[in-house]
Amino acid sequence: MAKYSIFSLVKNAASHHQNWDRAWRDNRPKADGYDVVIIGGGGHGLATAYYLAKEHGITNVAVIERSWLGGGNTGRNTTIIRSNYLWDESAALYEKSLQLYEGLSQELNYNIMFSQRGVLNLAHNLGDVREGMRRVNALRLNGIDSEWMTAEQVKEFCPIINISKDVRYPIMGGTLQRRAGTARHDAVAWGFARAASARGVDIIQNCEVTGIRRENGKVVGVETSMGFVKAGKVGIVAAGHSSVVAGMADLRLPVESHPLQALVSEPVKPVIDCVVMSNTVHVYVSQSDKGELVMGAGIDAYTGYGQRGSFHVIEHQMGALLELFPIFSRLRMLRQWGGIVDVCPDASPIISKTPVENLFINCGWGTGGFKATPGSGFVFAHTIARGEPHALNAAFGLERFTTGHLIDEHGAAAVAH
Amino acid sequence: MLLINCPWCGPRDETEFGYGGEAHRARPTDPSSLGDAEWAEFLFMRTNPKGAHRERWVHSHGCRRWFNVERHTVTNQILRVYPIGGTDAVADQPVEEAVGTKEPRQGSGS
Repeated sequence: MAKYSIFSLVKNAASHHQNWDRAWRDNRPKADGYDVVIIGGGGHGLATAYYLAKEHGITNVAVIERSWLGGGNTGRNTTIIRSNYLWDESAALYEKSLQLYEGLSQELNYNIMFSQRGVLNLAHNLGDVREGMRRVNALRLNGIDSEWMTAEQVKEFCPIINISKDVRYPIMGGTLQRRAGTARHDAVAWGFARAASARGVDIIQNCEVTGIRRENGKVVGVETSMGFVKAGKVGIVAAGHSSVVAGMADLRLPVESHPLQALVSEPVKPVIDCVVMSNTVHVYVSQSDKGELVMGAGIDAYTGYGQRGSFHVIEHQMGALLELFPIFSRLRMLRQWGGIVDVCPDASPIISKTPVENLFINCGWGTGGFKATPGSGFVFAHTIARGEPHALNAAFGLERFTTGHLIDEHGAAAVAH
Repeated sequence: MLLINCPWCGPRDETEFGYGGEAHRARPTDPSSLGDAEWAEFLFMRTNPKGAHRERWVHSHGCRRWFNVERHTVTNQILRVYPIGGTDAVADQPVEEAVGTKEPRQGSGS
């Protein structure tokens, strides 16, 4: 596959950009099957395939996607990347992911527009202040950058924010992770797809998995809308639909699916050059390179698979936005969309072997999967290739719900659920 | 936005209600006899269907009473409203009959 560079840009400019190679091969399933089949062509599935090829030399891999690449949650999130998680297990996993993001554009030869613009988490009451300071200390003990900011420092870092004491939930300070930021979400999926395809991975789009075939309790392949596909091992990375797909192998999961929505405003000139999050008034906002404000809030309280959210959630979110930034009071909202997130009882993911032989599962990322994309793929590839978890995902097994070793990250998840 | 037909107060906006998760989950009658796997099943495992789902709701800002709802998780259409303690058989009756109310039968059109 041709390398993207200044020279390829000049060369293709000469022919009016009519002759660029396809970014990845669009395959049909191979008749003799694959060593590994990944169900789900989102960011995590594509990253898994890429690291299987790169780190473990397993290139006879297919990624099977029901619709088109990046058309699920990868294309529906608010693009925030951070690693400010409280517990050691989460901090290590998300920090690995952030480190991979830092070199990802170079590694994939694809500009993912990673911007380490800093993520602010605001505190609005004494409980928030104590939790924030505790998290700063926990992060520093884990060698992850984090700092506590007073309300005045918050104002200095993000000048348009309102730190008046005469509001219902005044800002009392906040935590800042400077290495955190945003990336172009589609580019992450496309970059991994292109790099995986270049290493021999088959990418099969518009192909729905309808069943998981087992013989003597072992998985031997998947039934799809393009026929049976033989597989040595199968990895499920189906985000909101994890329990539906796992159900095809009679596997029950401790997850519930909920709609989570985001929205963007009309584009405006650069006005906010960081990410601001607030758990208390509950909104998170950043500005895209195109100028739109990108905003998210909480999940719908009830389970659902309809890819839209409730209007009253948006209403609440807009109230929160105006509490923090009265400057946005006349900004018009452009569009809104919803994705389906699968939420675990402890708000931490499951990256694990399953009781079914040759079947692996990566799910339960809840509202925060995008930031974990490279790290998730890295450890899941290891889990599939070796049949054992990587040190970074050993704590994220299915068995934690039986042993009771839960990783309670509801605070760091930043979204009410 | 859902329009939920509270069996006692009639149809009201979703914002008046609280969601209580999957219905028909009974607390173990003899807790000390349960092993870890059985506890995990009770505490953490839920059916998560793409389709009809039976769940508990409470009219928090109204009569504060609990009841069961059967809702389609893709269309959000409310298929049935029936009382707590109702069984699947009760659920198969029409709403008015099950809850003994003359309120018009409501579903969500969203």
